[in-house]
Amino acid sequence: MNADIIPARTPAEISLARTFDAFKAGLPGNMDVTKWREASFKAFKVSGLPHRRIEAWHYTDLRALMRDALPLASFPGAATIDALRAEFAAARVPRQRIVLVDGFFVPELSDGLPEGLKVRSLASALTEGRPDLIALLSSHDLAARDPIVSLNAALMQDGVVIEVAPSTVIAEPINLVHATASPTPAAHFSRSALILGAGASLRLAESRHIANRAQPVGAGQANACLIVSLGDGAKLAHTAMATGTAPAGVRLESVMVRIGARAKFDSFALVAGIGLVRRQMFVRFEGAESEALLSGVSLLGGREHADTTLLVEHVAPGCVSRETFKYILDEEATGVFQGKIHVAPGAQKTDGKMLCKAMLLSDMAAMNNKPELEIFADDVACGHGATCGGLDIDQLFYLQTRGLPFAQAEALLLEAFAGELVDGIGHEGLIKAYRREVSAWLSARHGPTAAPSRGLIA
Amino acid sequence: MPAVQETVDRVKAIGVSEYKYGFFSDIESEKAPKGLNEDTVRFISAKKDEPAWLTEWRLGAYRRWLTMREPRWARVDFPKIDYQDLYYYSAPKTAAGPKSLDEVDPELLKVYAKLGIPLREQEALAGIGPDRRIAVDAVFDSVSVVTTFREELARAGVIFCPVSEAVHSHPDLVQKYLGSVVPTTDNFYATLNSAVFSDGSFVYVPPGVRCPMELSTYFRINEQNTGQFERTLIIADKGSYVSYLEGCTAPKRDENQLHAAVVELIALDDAEIKYSTVQNWYPGDADGRGGIYNFVTKRGDCRGANSKISWTQVETGSAITWKYPSCILRGDNSRGEFYSIAISNGRQQVDSGTKMIHLGKNTTSRVISKGISAGRSQNTYRGQISAHRKATGARNFTNCDSLLIGNSCGAHTVPYIESKTPSAQFEHEATTSKISEDQLFYCMQRGISGEEATALIVNGFVRDVLQQLPMEFAVEAQKLIAISLEGSVG
Repeated sequence: MNADIIPARTPAEISLARTFDAFKAGLPGNMDVTKWREASFKAFKVSGLPHRRIEAWHYTDLRALMRDALPLASFPGAATIDALRAEFAAARVPRQRIVLVDGFFVPELSDGLPEGLKVRSLASALTEGRPDLIALLSSHDLAARDPIVSLNAALMQDGVVIEVAPSTVIAEPINLVHATASPTPAAHFSRSALILGAGASLRLAESRHIANRAQPVGAGQANACLIVSLGDGAKLAHTAMATGTAPAGVRLESVMVRIGARAKFDSFALVAGIGLVRRQMFVRFEGAESEALLSGVSLLGGREHADTTLLVEHVAPGCVSRETFKYILDEEATGVFQGKIHVAPGAQKTDGKMLCKAMLLSDMAAMNNKPELEIFADDVACGHGATCGGLDIDQLFYLQTRGLPFAQAEALLLEAFAGELVDGIGHEGLIKAYRREVSAWLSARHGPTAAPSRGLIA
Repeated sequence: MPAVQETVDRVKAIGVSEYKYGFFSDIESEKAPKGLNEDTVRFISAKKDEPAWLTEWRLGAYRRWLTMREPRWARVDFPKIDYQDLYYYSAPKTAAGPKSLDEVDPELLKVYAKLGIPLREQEALAGIGPDRRIAVDAVFDSVSVVTTFREELARAGVIFCPVSEAVHSHPDLVQKYLGSVVPTTDNFYATLNSAVFSDGSFVYVPPGVRCPMELSTYFRINEQNTGQFERTLIIADKGSYVSYLEGCTAPKRDENQLHAAVVELIALDDAEIKYSTVQNWYPGDADGRGGIYNFVTKRGDCRGANSKISWTQVETGSAITWKYPSCILRGDNSRGEFYSIAISNGRQQVDSGTKMIHLGKNTTSRVISKGISAGRSQNTYRGQISAHRKATGARNFTNCDSLLIGNSCGAHTVPYIESKTPSAQFEHEATTSKISEDQLFYCMQRGISGEEATALIVNGFVRDVLQQLPMEFAVEAQKLIAISLEGSVG
């Protein structure tokens, strides 16, 4: 019942401590950064890997789920980079891209970046140590005391810092490609930042690429932070594809967002195919009359575990937030949704609505849902809804009476269920890409023959 | 905005001040020595002349309690309680087992007259009429002083008596069911209660019996520096029905007093228990001085098929409320309900809600919670709905609405929804808002004052829950709500 029980160290924790001791001297950054790393690791050491007695991690017991910590990834060699270049050309990875390989920024692979965009590696930013940039990169106040964010700060190897000059408007998406190339399973710790000046507008599309030489993967561990700062009147549309084929993979992702006045932040994420995913978003409205639309779809099968945790802090008045998340859970998968809308004293006229819908397809699947409201201002309209259940038999029956085989009827309903959010992305090319992913996942469920997996009405 | 005349009048009509039950009665009492140790536990057990198994049960709980720590997960904040600075047993001297009402200390009777609790059966009859009779068990500090209508209830086979008496008269029932819903190891406060519980009500309704009248317990804390640790055990045997009401008040004091009760309900096949609470402990003054710490564990076990347990609570008092009346839906087709109005004003802190644990097939539950926070109070709904893998066909509907009055208070919602079966259907919705300006304007435009309009809108807001209360309680609760919000519209 008490959160301050200090459990015995797990092999993963011991191995992380060893890694930190062995690598800290070689990690990038000036003196201040070194101090920051030390303090962060100390904070992590106190709490250890988060476990179920820590309220924010109640449903994702990382101590139990993460048995071991993998060795740190190293900077990709020239051969790897050349191979990736060829693969990108063959796979038609779009231009206007920024590429991180195993968490390291590789300028040689990045391509076609437009005017008004300043891109540099995290390592160089840390070494230079511009105080305002370091303050933004640390963003202590946003993810206060989250052990995974602390661990990231201690061990961050690289990442990318993107600065967009005020009033720059870029219509086509900037692609942030996370490539996995390490031939042996490795852990990467990356931290990236996206800073939009006042009135700037950008679309950031995050995607994944698994290098041929990295096969078979399936066990990588990634701890990635993305820090976003939106100036007054800035607009960011963000999509993230957290997909893969890594049943033993671990992906811990923390997105920290500060929103200025009259700005707009729109974010969508698709999670599928990774053994353990925790996506946490810390969003703070610092200026009045801004808007944030957060949404996501998680498609889970096998023994996958996916957790979306949100903290949306309405500090400034008159802001609007919408959080809409959907889960489809098959086989022995576990879905977790925790969303908290916090309205600070004085954040009057806040309008916050949160919704999570989960669809359970198997007797062994489980969903844990914790939508929270924390409200200290009276003139607000806040609400949340949460549902979980199975597919509607009547709807299935209706489609079957019209001649659709069971599997197809089921897929159609599920596609409609998830597709609603995909369609909200607002960019045709991206909608198509995400729809393809969803369809692929759905058709893979029943295998190529599309035989009904269970005889509900079949 | 100063309180308008009507409200002032209404408050006057009900009592001398906002908290009308804040008087203290000078009644000589017998106490256990201050502090808590094994001797205190033995002292209480000896006072009640308890069998050895119960003394051991208490001591086991006490030893377990020593190893536990106060839960800190709730959104409440209070200075550390010194458990050695409390009296764990206090009884009015003359109350030791009066045979009839005539033997009861007249001072005590005066207290209950002042509280408006009818203890004389003929008065009860004259007052309300034969259709609305209520049997009352009056608990004063640590002991039950009188239980009315016992003979009539006995004719129907219903056992309604203080739990300390049931230990002697129905030891088999007590031993079988005591601690079977809330085990002695359950949580810090429940374990403490198991060690030092003094009195409370015991109800057993035999198979097929519909209890002929409402049963009620009235709890009163009077003595200074005492904690009240009552224990209620209600068993509804197959096919029976019982409706039970609980009310509570305490004197106004500058110090905080602890109330750590345990309530266990057991419903066997086809049985139904309806449990209603109007909790009006002293909430402390406007600056947060004094008031009761209400740390209560209430749990119902729908053990049989088709059984039903319904909790209704109106929480207006207490400085701190920490209370989660729950239902374990074990029997197939069993049903749990929770209706709650929690009002906080001044510096009150409420962290309350429910747990619906779906274990059986086709179990259903419904949760309606209305939280109203005003002044500088904090009001949290914390609830858990869970479905076990075997709970196929489980259904839950949860609705929690919060209303904020004023900009210095807080309203929070923390639901935990856990489903392990695709055939369970859970729906949860929550909203937080303030009283709509339009609604207020509409009322005021028709000549209704601001404060009255607020009360009207609030009553509309909580109507779903009020409807679940037995009639007399509903009227009382409605008045309470108006008083609790006194001065909050400004």
